[in-house]
Amino acid sequence: MPDDRSVAVLGVGMHPWGKWGRNFVEYGLAAARDALRDAAVSWTDVQFVSGADTIRNGYPGFISGATFAQALGWSGARVSSAYAACASGATAIAAARAQILAGLCDVALVVGADTTPKGFFAPVGGERRDDPDWLRFHLLGATNPTYFALYARRRMELFGATEDDFAAVKVKNARAGAANPNARYRQEVTTEEVLASPMVADPLRLLEICATSDGGAALVLSSMDYARRHGTRSTPVSIPAVSTVTPRFPQTVIEMPNFATDSAVAVGAFDGPAFRRSIAFAAYEEAGIGPDDVDVAEVYDLSSALELDWYEDVGLCKEGEAERLLRAGDTALGGRIPVNSSGGLSSFGEAIPAQAIAQVCELVWQLRGQAAGRQVEGARVGVTANQGLFGHGSSVIVTT
Amino acid sequence: MTTAKSRVPAVEGWFTTDGDSPALLGSRCRSCGTYAFPRETFFCRNPGCEGTEFDDVPLSRRGKIWSYTDARYTPPAPYVAADPYVPFCIAAVELAEEKMVVMGQVVPEVTVDDLAVGTEVELVVDVLYEDDDHEYLVWKWRPVPAGSGGSGA
Repeated sequence: MPDDRSVAVLGVGMHPWGKWGRNFVEYGLAAARDALRDAAVSWTDVQFVSGADTIRNGYPGFISGATFAQALGWSGARVSSAYAACASGATAIAAARAQILAGLCDVALVVGADTTPKGFFAPVGGERRDDPDWLRFHLLGATNPTYFALYARRRMELFGATEDDFAAVKVKNARAGAANPNARYRQEVTTEEVLASPMVADPLRLLEICATSDGGAALVLSSMDYARRHGTRSTPVSIPAVSTVTPRFPQTVIEMPNFATDSAVAVGAFDGPAFRRSIAFAAYEEAGIGPDDVDVAEVYDLSSALELDWYEDVGLCKEGEAERLLRAGDTALGGRIPVNSSGGLSSFGEAIPAQAIAQVCELVWQLRGQAAGRQVEGARVGVTANQGLFGHGSSVIVTT
Repeated sequence: MTTAKSRVPAVEGWFTTDGDSPALLGSRCRSCGTYAFPRETFFCRNPGCEGTEFDDVPLSRRGKIWSYTDARYTPPAPYVAADPYVPFCIAAVELAEEKMVVMGQVVPEVTVDDLAVGTEVELVVDVLYEDDDHEYLVWKWRPVPAGSGGSGA
């Protein structure tokens, strides 16, 4: 793997996910201090702070890099704040990585944290008749689970997925999450309990749709050279690729928060991979690896059904084979290619700007052999996949 | 004494309310022919096109369901829900001529049991919510009764 495109992960840290109801800065600060301790790097040695923004916590959330830097104590470090919805964390990682690879800094801190309201995500306040995210609630009553359910029903129709399959994903992830001290939900559930939970957006039930949570996650990244000189580990975990791709026209799958897809009239259907599939494959290409090299994957299970789509989109199996992978136990802990060993969004709930960073934290713990109770034995390569509203791709490759 | 409420679109310029054949209003790029809904007015989504002139065009009134779901719980504001809340279905519908998929609520009283991927639906205009003086209208999809004819627009 080409060293010159890799950055080292010196430290990882998280504030446990929950519904704590406190200021998001508190979670980010705790995660940042955790990651700095884990890296054995002092805050004043950090040269670049990369914040992943939250839009539901007022101005401090819009300029989160500076907010976290102030909470850690102004040090003169350079700063960036990035918002890309659910992909914000990956965008913040990409910004830090680019600074390091360009030689503009040696050590960077990436932080994301959120405090979320109860219930369905609603658009941020104000009457905005030119904002599709406002309009889809107003004109359609289309919540986020509406879109997840459209994909789930489509999967049932095309590939014969069943309600039992969707429930089995939840059962699998709850089992993994029960072993994760940072997860919000740490109780195992049975298929019967999932299928007895209220239907929210047919065919998806309450226990199959990710909650909204409070939480924080952080990474200390450095150049490979700095890691060799200062790191506490002989072979640091590294990030050889970060994908932040956009879709290609025409995007023919309906995407939140849109009312319609692109029209394929003028140019015909795009003959390359659909957007969600292009996300991880751009990262594989950048890292010079393929899906067969992956030992463990963290994917964005906004719903139990969507996790099955990701199996195919990150290349763990061919289209239409995800149910077979699931039913064979391949993606469970102890299986051939465990997916969401952290417990996934299913066990965490979504703390938007922290989530893509948390995915990387889990893979780092797995690759270091520190994922007690949920360890994927001998894991050496991991992939994350995630997607932000309006077309922000997010995929990170982690290797050791 | 009661007066009929005036009927106004819940959003301006997204659909026509003409008699028996209302239609969604999309845009079509004069340079490359790409459709968009809602209408684009200053850019074409086609990366190979720098078109800046668009015609407003009615979209096909019939299509086939790409996927569907329902909303069992009251959506948050700015959705204006009836009290008591009545669940409704939402469908994403493929329009063959425009080669695109458009979402919409499904008319009341239809449940997910009445729908399937591939079900033919047609566009109608119906009440989204009301206040003391107005009924606010929106487009909705309505399943086409079996045997009621072809797929013409």
